[in-house]
Amino acid sequence: MDWGSIIEATFRGLIGEQFIYFGLAAIGLNLHFGYTGLLNFGQAAFMAAGAYGLAIIVATIGPMVNDDEGIFQWSIGEGWLFIIGLAFGVIIVPVVLAVLMGFPTLRLRADYLAIVTIAVAEIIRITLRSPQFDKVTGSSDGLTGFSGTFNDLSPFDRGGRYFFNLFSGNQMFLVLVGWTILALSAVLCWLIIRSPWGRVLKAIREDEDAARALGKNVFNYKMQALVLGGMFGAMGGMLRAIGFSNAQPDNFITDVTFFVWVALILGGAGKVFAPVIGAALLWAVLSFTDVFLREVERTDALGITDDVLSGPQVGQFRFMLMGLGLALLAAFRPQGIFGNKEEMALDDR
Amino acid sequence: MPSSKSANGRFIGLRIVVAALITVFGVSAFGVSANAQDDGGGGDADSTESIGGTIRARDDAGDRIGLEAVSFTVFDESGNEVGSGVSNADGDWRVPLASSGIYSVELDVSTLGEGLSLRNPDSNPLTEIEVQPNTDKNVIFPLGDRQVAEDSTVKWIQLTVDGIKLGLIIAMCSIGLSLIFGTTGLTNFAHGESVTFGAMIAFMFHMVYGAAADFEFFGLFNVWSNGRLFGVPGTNSLIFAGLVAVILSGISGWLFNEFVWKRLRNRGASLISALVVSIGLSIFFRYIFLFQFQGRARFYRDFQIQSTIDFRFFTLAPKDLFIIVFSIAVLVCVGLALQTTRAGKAMRAVADNRDLAESSGIDVESVIKWVWIAGSALAGLGGVLFGMTENINWEMGFRLLLLMFAGVTLGGLGTAYGALFGSLLAGIFIQLITWPEWFPSDMKNVGALAALVIILLVRPQGLLGRSERIG
Repeated sequence: MDWGSIIEATFRGLIGEQFIYFGLAAIGLNLHFGYTGLLNFGQAAFMAAGAYGLAIIVATIGPMVNDDEGIFQWSIGEGWLFIIGLAFGVIIVPVVLAVLMGFPTLRLRADYLAIVTIAVAEIIRITLRSPQFDKVTGSSDGLTGFSGTFNDLSPFDRGGRYFFNLFSGNQMFLVLVGWTILALSAVLCWLIIRSPWGRVLKAIREDEDAARALGKNVFNYKMQALVLGGMFGAMGGMLRAIGFSNAQPDNFITDVTFFVWVALILGGAGKVFAPVIGAALLWAVLSFTDVFLREVERTDALGITDDVLSGPQVGQFRFMLMGLGLALLAAFRPQGIFGNKEEMALDDR
Repeated sequence: MPSSKSANGRFIGLRIVVAALITVFGVSAFGVSANAQDDGGGGDADSTESIGGTIRARDDAGDRIGLEAVSFTVFDESGNEVGSGVSNADGDWRVPLASSGIYSVELDVSTLGEGLSLRNPDSNPLTEIEVQPNTDKNVIFPLGDRQVAEDSTVKWIQLTVDGIKLGLIIAMCSIGLSLIFGTTGLTNFAHGESVTFGAMIAFMFHMVYGAAADFEFFGLFNVWSNGRLFGVPGTNSLIFAGLVAVILSGISGWLFNEFVWKRLRNRGASLISALVVSIGLSIFFRYIFLFQFQGRARFYRDFQIQSTIDFRFFTLAPKDLFIIVFSIAVLVCVGLALQTTRAGKAMRAVADNRDLAESSGIDVESVIKWVWIAGSALAGLGGVLFGMTENINWEMGFRLLLLMFAGVTLGGLGTAYGALFGSLLAGIFIQLITWPEWFPSDMKNVGALAALVIILLVRPQGLLGRSERIG
């Protein structure tokens, strides 16, 4: 057993890239579910929106515009293309997506939104996968070659190792940017919730009819919350695509949404910093079990031979653990680690 | 499924997209083995010549998977059978030969899996295969979507029939989903796993201890001898296995209600936390299935391939006809039971208004228990039927779940008849949407899910639901 690598992986899970991606997505989901009571099970779709928004602009539209043929005789610089991609992925696509999901369902009971968001997320994933749109989305292989501009900004040496030898230069830059965005997002979320607008959201969560009786347009508030939370999710997804240097449809399967949910409920829905801590803990646990089980599998420790647990089964075991954890958390401690029961968002409304 | 003629082979992403191909592992002209000097030839066991290959198809994820249990027969020049072989789990097969020479190989088409056919049926048997001394000759049988010759089927009728079949299966699975929602308010995301459970239990009883013992479900049930339960004949047939699957699915529903949902209800857990619990359980069991069953698609041995019956405007394999007739019979029975029996009336009453039912003296907990048992058993049965017409894999239920949601929402969440009607419509819609030539068939589930979104926009209570159900 190589305890050094196990500890390293756990630490990396606690503060590393995955923590950032899922922390951001969980902040968004917290706005949806923790504060407004929206059962969004399509956060993966928002993450895909961020990833593909950037990727399609930079890797698909960019070369098309800059090829000096056709009607566009001018070209856009790499930097501008990246900025347009950022705006497209973080703002425009999530807005469209939120309207698409929210418009039919926000007037209805909560579980309809759950069904529709999960359906829309699958629609988007299947569409991104489809060979029909291969020229735009790269179908199941996805898109690559859009993270160069981001990495060029990095002040770190590409070949070096940073932060206790955990990260390479590009990863260090990504993580640093990620931490900054995560911290800003959490503070922003805190400010939003303290504002009058945020108080309306909480009122809707507690009693929709009461909020309506006070003259608030509940539908609009819900829609705004869906859009805003989706934007945080899109940022998480975009950073994830940059970190992987590719945008692939199968990185945004439904299970990704469930990871975000576990992170949120673990921390405690309805608390500003809870989703961040939840994401950190989740990935520490997941990284630990992953590397630990791989070590067990490799060394056949504890009498566990390959018959019992083979290499690919380690990953499956991780998902089982996540599923069981989600079920047990929701059943026995729905308020998570930091939530309080009075403000428990997993409550009936 | 009539692979040979068919538009019906395509639904859900579960379908094996038959694209192609058998890999030739580099024809090993230099495959001289240790006893190369022994030029004895003859019928000794040391023969160093063989014919073999790897038979593979693409699944819908585009991954190439080996086809198991495909049998090949090798004939010599004068047409005498010299040996036969069956492909293993990776699709590899090899038939040792007594000597070099000219051979022919025939693939037994009936042992190919569901929806698969040869790309060039005319080159089966494959003739004039020259096997050099001391070589392991590889041969290729490419698979492909066989182009159907002009026939009298009318596309939209064919698609509608296929859609009815799919819709009936969805309906069978979704009655439980809808009734559980109606009686307890729980949107059960783990319902799809009941479907997978049924299909897999049937597979286990049908295949594992029957023939291909490469798969062990927790090492349970070692009461088999010669592939039969206690040696009783017929216990490895799909009909028996299906029966067992339905019973075990029902029991699993009872266990879940007893040990998970009832306790949650008694503790006063909110519906939303119950919903999240069901999602957690869904993930948990899905990955247990993957862990045990591995990622590839499997097929029941019985009724694998059948020649289709021509109904002039459409064609249907006998097993699909059976599925349609049988599902209608089951669903009519369910409908009659709901309509006329005491228990059925009680179920509808509780689904309609729980408090009123309770105050009228109905034992609500007992009704809920029977809803769980019946709903899970029907889902398990739906899984077996779905496995028969498509294939069995670890996430079949989860994929079907989204279609069930579409069907149930279409018909009206919480109503039994709405679930039936909506699912049937959803099934037909999924198939009919591929009627225009330009519509990509891999996107047809998208069509159904988009219809779900649209129906919520236009008529949120569903086609048969009443508007006051919706918050």
